[in-house]
Amino acid sequence: MKNALAWLAIGALLLAHQDWWNWSTAYPLAFGFLPVGLWYHALFTIAAALLMAGLVRWCWPSGLERDE
Amino acid sequence: MIPALFVLAYLAIVLYIGIFAFRRSGGPAAEDFFLAGRSLGPWVFLLSLFGTHMTAFAILGSSGHAFNFGIVTYGLMASISALVVPVCLLFLGTRLWSVGKRFGLITPVQIFRDRWECGHIGTLIFFLQAALLVPYIIIGVMGGGTTLSVISGGFIPFWLGGLLVALVVMSYVFFGGMRGTAWVNTFQTVLFLGFGAIAVTLIGQGMGGFTSVTERLLNNPATASLLTREKFSLTAFLSYTFNPLSAIAFPHIAIFCLTARKVTQFKRTVIFYPICILLIWLPCVYLGVAANQATDIPAIEAKIEARAATGRPVPGDDVMLQLLNRYAPGWIAGLLGAGIMAAVMASDSQILALSTMFTEDIFAFYGGKARFGESAQIFTGRLFVILVTAFAYFTALNAKVAIFDLAVQYAFAGYAAMSPLFVAALCWRGSTKWGALAATLFISAATVALYFLPRGFTVAGFAPVVPMTIISAALVWGVSLLTPKPSAATIHRYFPPASV
Repeated sequence: MKNALAWLAIGALLLAHQDWWNWSTAYPLAFGFLPVGLWYHALFTIAAALLMAGLVRWCWPSGLERDE
Repeated sequence: MIPALFVLAYLAIVLYIGIFAFRRSGGPAAEDFFLAGRSLGPWVFLLSLFGTHMTAFAILGSSGHAFNFGIVTYGLMASISALVVPVCLLFLGTRLWSVGKRFGLITPVQIFRDRWECGHIGTLIFFLQAALLVPYIIIGVMGGGTTLSVISGGFIPFWLGGLLVALVVMSYVFFGGMRGTAWVNTFQTVLFLGFGAIAVTLIGQGMGGFTSVTERLLNNPATASLLTREKFSLTAFLSYTFNPLSAIAFPHIAIFCLTARKVTQFKRTVIFYPICILLIWLPCVYLGVAANQATDIPAIEAKIEARAATGRPVPGDDVMLQLLNRYAPGWIAGLLGAGIMAAVMASDSQILALSTMFTEDIFAFYGGKARFGESAQIFTGRLFVILVTAFAYFTALNAKVAIFDLAVQYAFAGYAAMSPLFVAALCWRGSTKWGALAATLFISAATVALYFLPRGFTVAGFAPVVPMTIISAALVWGVSLLTPKPSAATIHRYFPPASV
């Protein structure tokens, strides 16, 4: 169940990466200078880090520590 | 000239670190030279793995690409890598570490040979991996030559800059092996992350502030589209989703996964990897776009005019350095130039990886180690370091392709197509050597075909990496289903009953 949710979350982020709705516009600007195509993907990158923290917490491959 | 002196001083420091690491090593054991004795701590593992992955491509190539194509560069390579690369490290890198540690294996080919009970098929995979890695090493030498040439205002020519970088990298890899390479990469990553923020601030101020830069870009019809992604198709953008799969198949990344002291050290790396990507790529891409407003720099103005006249992208690998030279004070430009040089010199781990692969997968496998001993094996590895560096240097002198194109065209497509081999070996009991052979032969043929096809070649709008990866995965899967499996004992070793 946990693994299925993890892959679902990864799939959702992959989908969110294809942000065609921001394709032809620079607006809205963040901080007055960052076009949406940049700040959206900067936020995406932070979301990826949060997802990784979740994956490490709940989906860490089991049994590998025995080799340490 | 002051910035160039800083960069030269930096080169001397990394040389010292490499030699210092050599003195600390415990002896001539191959595992110590090639894997730092599998002893890297958590922060060194994170910073050096990231430093290994981020090359001239990330700094010079990304800003050059953004100069021509705009902000799309960040989504194309950075944000998607922030998702795909850590996922690969979490689910495949940890397994690589585990089998490497359990069975005393050093290279991916050793793992394939052991997992699929094959010999010469492994040799074929070695040749494919080695052939795909060489362009990436060439990128490093080209980046070094470009950096020193621009930062010295042309005083140090490209050929001499590339030669200096090649010699320094060769020396500390030669003496320090993996330990030296890891410590140098750690130092380099800290340096770049530290001074990168200063660079962005200074350049922004020099150009009149970021808000003003963006306004001017938006108000100019020739540059407004660079702040959107109109110059790129959605299918091309989707194609780039496949490129980061290459990370785990890059020999220098796969081998680096084996250097961690504990598997739990992957946790920090997996979580912080996206943040490191954000800190490096976002400024590089924005500054690459902003360079289109730096018409007070003659070299950049000439590029803009040439692009307007021909309607085609122009070489832009040096735009970040041009901005630095123009807007940062000399000594800061020197420190930042050294930081850029740090990223550029990531070719060290690639050279070491090739050397490791040659000595383990060819020299040792075909009896050299048994016949001549471990000292001869390490000597062979060092000799190989010299030969590879020399080859990369002389090829870089004649390379005409931009850094970004060189990486995308060959290295990323080929290695991404090899990623199904890693998934099959580490996660699927039913995979066979014949499936691996079919995929390897296909990728080899496709890469050769790519060389002869026109640049920008697509299949139904998708870049070659997409069909190459899908067909490779289908071949591994389909052929494995039809061919005999490795022995039950081997499958049991790799997939013990308690494993997921």
